[in-house]
Amino acid sequence: MPTFLLLTALTAVRILSRNRLRTGLTMLGIVIGVGAVIAMVSIGEGAKAAVAERVASMGTNVILILPGAVTTGGVRGGQGGVVTLTTTDAVELKKRVPLLRETGWARRDVMQIVHGNKNWNGTVNGISPGYLTIRGWSFTGGGPFTQQDLDTAARVAVLGQTAVDNLFEPGEEPVGAIIRINHVPFRVIGTLAPKGQSAQGMDQDDVIFIPFSTAERKVFGTYFLGSVGALFASTERPEDLAPAVGQIREVLRQRHRLQPDQDDDFFIRTQVDIGKVHEDTSETLTVMLFSIASVSLLVGGIGIMNILLVSVTERTKEIGVRMAVGATRRHILIQFLVEAMTLSVFGGCLGILVGILGARATTVVAGWPTIISPETVVAAFVFSVAIGLFFGLYPANKAAWMNPIDALRYE
Amino acid sequence: MAALISCEDLWKIYRLGDVEVQALRGVDLLIKEGEFVAIMGASGSGKSTLMNILGCLDRPTKGCYRLQGVDVGGLRADQLAEIRNRRIGFVFQNFNLIPRTSALENVQLPLFYRGLPLRQQRALAAEALARVGLQGRENHYPSQLSGGQQQRVAIARALVASPSLLLADEPTGNLDTQSSLEIMAILDRLNKEQRITIVLVTHETDIAAYAEREVVMKDGRILTDRKTPSGASALPVEA
Ligand SMILES: Nc1ncnc2c1ncn2[C@@H]1O[C@H](COP(=O)(O)OP(=O)(O)OP(=O)(O)O)[C@@H](O)[C@H]1O
Ligand SMILES: [Mg+2]
Repeated sequence: MPTFLLLTALTAVRILSRNRLRTGLTMLGIVIGVGAVIAMVSIGEGAKAAVAERVASMGTNVILILPGAVTTGGVRGGQGGVVTLTTTDAVELKKRVPLLRETGWARRDVMQIVHGNKNWNGTVNGISPGYLTIRGWSFTGGGPFTQQDLDTAARVAVLGQTAVDNLFEPGEEPVGAIIRINHVPFRVIGTLAPKGQSAQGMDQDDVIFIPFSTAERKVFGTYFLGSVGALFASTERPEDLAPAVGQIREVLRQRHRLQPDQDDDFFIRTQVDIGKVHEDTSETLTVMLFSIASVSLLVGGIGIMNILLVSVTERTKEIGVRMAVGATRRHILIQFLVEAMTLSVFGGCLGILVGILGARATTVVAGWPTIISPETVVAAFVFSVAIGLFFGLYPANKAAWMNPIDALRYE
Repeated sequence: MAALISCEDLWKIYRLGDVEVQALRGVDLLIKEGEFVAIMGASGSGKSTLMNILGCLDRPTKGCYRLQGVDVGGLRADQLAEIRNRRIGFVFQNFNLIPRTSALENVQLPLFYRGLPLRQQRALAAEALARVGLQGRENHYPSQLSGGQQQRVAIARALVASPSLLLADEPTGNLDTQSSLEIMAILDRLNKEQRITIVLVTHETDIAAYAEREVVMKDGRILTDRKTPSGASALPVEA
């Protein structure tokens, strides 16, 4: 049997290479289909990985609490429109929700920052001590604020990479330098490792961190002392996120004296929610591309079936001769199945190549990240074999069930 | 000597819509091992129909055909394929070689389906080609060979598997006299030297003269069945 299979495969290659144009056109559907699958999966996986990376750049097991709608006399304020969250909320949450490992808060504003002759509008964040840990920031130079800095509302700042790039000459040492935020001089005590874009596509490194107390008293000015732009919390384990969210909600509703019929005056988002939105969109894209790919694979498969039916008819006499010298039905069946699979496997391999090139081109031209995993390539290959088998079965069966004498007499 | 072929009351009826064609109408035939039989008869008398049944390419509508004592009618398709592969060599009027496939590979075909190792297939096929005088033509395609040469390739293919029965349906029908004589010489030698049983259909009396027995058919029946002069001289061998 191995000799038979090998020789049959060689014969199939020879027969198919005799009629190159026909073979090529037949394979085209499979090439396009498999190519589309490979390109689509690698673009999808690339996007998924990029989103996962961005979501991960938020920190680990992060819960984000934003001030939200308050209904006052039937008028509904928008998200963040009304100050509803305070530093005391954060302190209380830490006390009353044991699942939380850390809580922190931040308030941000875009301010003019000056260093030497450089001038830049950056996002200034007044933050609590826990914030940097929750968000998983790490330092490339210097270090974080001390408790003393917070207590004394010290004028110290930690800079993100974009801030460093905009305020300092290349090679200039930021740590120790003096910058002015809104005309107030600050000493740079640390620089942060870059994080890249956020899940929403914002530049996360466009930041300057200063102690919350300093921000309140010396930079932002205060309408409401202690009000924050956002609260952050983190849990030890990912599975704690859901129960922690429930408990946070309880505590905040209680603290804000909300009646059972009133809506929350805050929003709670976890990292999982944020990741999910992006996963959903990339899943829609994947489903769409998948339908395109399956249609072209179906068309490709039908193309193979069609050309094989033609070939079986053309070679009826040959089939008769083979049967006359002792070929069994199984021999004939295998011969045509091998031919179908040769077509689909060649097409599949070409398609894999096209798909990889397509993915590469997407990365180069559009700048989208793509990932070509070996699993995808193997799956595409197996799929092409399966298509050959499936669509070859009918023509091969037709050939195998010919009557020897009728096949021989066929003109 | 044992009967190689034994046919009893063979009928073959073709139905084309309402019309019924009785191609064979009760053929009884006994052929012993080592015989060289010529079948003759007018066109449409059922010679090819009979040959196809003898070659296990077709089944009779009615009647019993035993090959080496085995009732072929009771065999499955794959068992018939094996019989065609091992015991029967078939030579056709129009050669029936596989196009764009070398002479050697055409001859290899029965061994290929028997599952022999490639090396052995090649060696035996080359030897068979040499026996029909075609050494050096192994790699020629059928289209590069003359009719006579193509028929010799077909004979090599028929005998490469060392069958006990060689069936030839008008093997010289498409050939000129010279080529016909060459083909007949080969068949005659196979019969005389290797005792291969040969059944041959022909319209030409001088071709039939090579056989030792001549069966004449008419309207799906056997009209006469007699020894030829050469058969009479060969009688002692048959004993
Ligand atoms: N497949 C078929 N379907 C219908 N009728 C057939 C078929 N094959 C043969 N016949 C009929 O059977 C009869 C015998 O045909 P067969 O081919 O056996 O004749 P033959 O003796 O070989 O003739 P020739 O010398 O011309 O080759 C003919 O009348 C033919 O028309
Ligand atoms: Mg005939």
